[in-house]
Amino acid sequence: MLQIITDSVAAWIIPSFIFVILVYAMLKRVDVFDAFVEGAEEGFSTSVKLIPFLVAMLVAIGLLRSSGALDLFIGLLTPFLVSFNIPDEVVPLAIMRPLSGSGALAITTEILTNSGPDSFVGRVASTMQGSTDTTLFILTLYFGSVGIRRTRHVLPVGLLADLVGFVAAITVCRIVFG
Amino acid sequence: MVNSIWFGMMFIALLAAAVTGRMETVTEAVFSSAEKAVTVAFSLISIMTFWLGMMRLIEKSGLIHWIVRALRPLATFLYPRIPKEHPAMHAILMNMSANLLGMGSAATPFGLKAMKELQELNDDKETASDEMCTFLAVNTSSLTLIPTTVVALRAATGSINPTEIVGTVLVATTCSTLVAIFFDRIFRHFYRSRRQRGRSKCSR
Repeated sequence: MLQIITDSVAAWIIPSFIFVILVYAMLKRVDVFDAFVEGAEEGFSTSVKLIPFLVAMLVAIGLLRSSGALDLFIGLLTPFLVSFNIPDEVVPLAIMRPLSGSGALAITTEILTNSGPDSFVGRVASTMQGSTDTTLFILTLYFGSVGIRRTRHVLPVGLLADLVGFVAAITVCRIVFG
Repeated sequence: MVNSIWFGMMFIALLAAAVTGRMETVTEAVFSSAEKAVTVAFSLISIMTFWLGMMRLIEKSGLIHWIVRALRPLATFLYPRIPKEHPAMHAILMNMSANLLGMGSAATPFGLKAMKELQELNDDKETASDEMCTFLAVNTSSLTLIPTTVVALRAATGSINPTEIVGTVLVATTCSTLVAIFFDRIFRHFYRSRRQRGRSKCSR
């Protein structure tokens, strides 16, 4: 039942949002086509400006993954994270989640395939995957787009929030799914 | 800080590759990652163009005022210094609504638009303003009501009940967002005072 609702909500939400925007604008006598084109103009330049920042960050992360440095790091951090009550199967996910969106999704897929989506680890991995975003990617994207160099406390705050999110994910799964 | 983080990542990766003897894999990874970055940027062009067009419609028609009114308490708490009817506030609230509704593809364009408008209000163009920091803190911890990707992935891997994690995700994401907002408020003062100290030194 919930599944059907979620599926249809997901499918309906964007079209209905567009519908409401268009009809409301028409009622307010806005020249809808002209206004759309005028606003859309910025889209290209903003995206293209992001290329150098994205290349720099994704190459660095690609190198960390392919060189084996990240695996080494995961091995070193596992005892520390296990002391935070994190099951060792999800440790690689906890480390990858803030760094690389595609990397994290690959690990989640692996866990769900190997341990099963309805196992405890599968549920924890799903909750972790769904509850935070790729901190480093968002930072690069958002700050890069406006040329901010000094990011102040954003990275530590983002990583701290990720850690709390992971601990919360595990704790809630323990309580709900036992 | 970004400079040393980037250098550190590249340096460690290259050293590790030399030690583990994966130089060939690493060479391939350089170019495949660069290609992926350009693909990401190009796929952004389409959604940026579409949603920024929609954003202009929302502003011109005045629909934005309803959204501002609905989210006003939250907005004034998080961003007390941004005027209610400033374009930065509009984009921030649209980004917030898109995230809450699970429209990930729309959240990024609104977010980038918000950064652009926040930069207009920023005195020091190279340093993140308080508002930018709060905005990023809220965004990286991603307050989502419907985690569509994970639900789809669970269904694809044969879960009996793919949506059973919606509740646990909501609790976890709320925790991380609250922590992000809390620590943003605390750390903000520490980093600001350090920066101002640096500035007063320069002026002397």
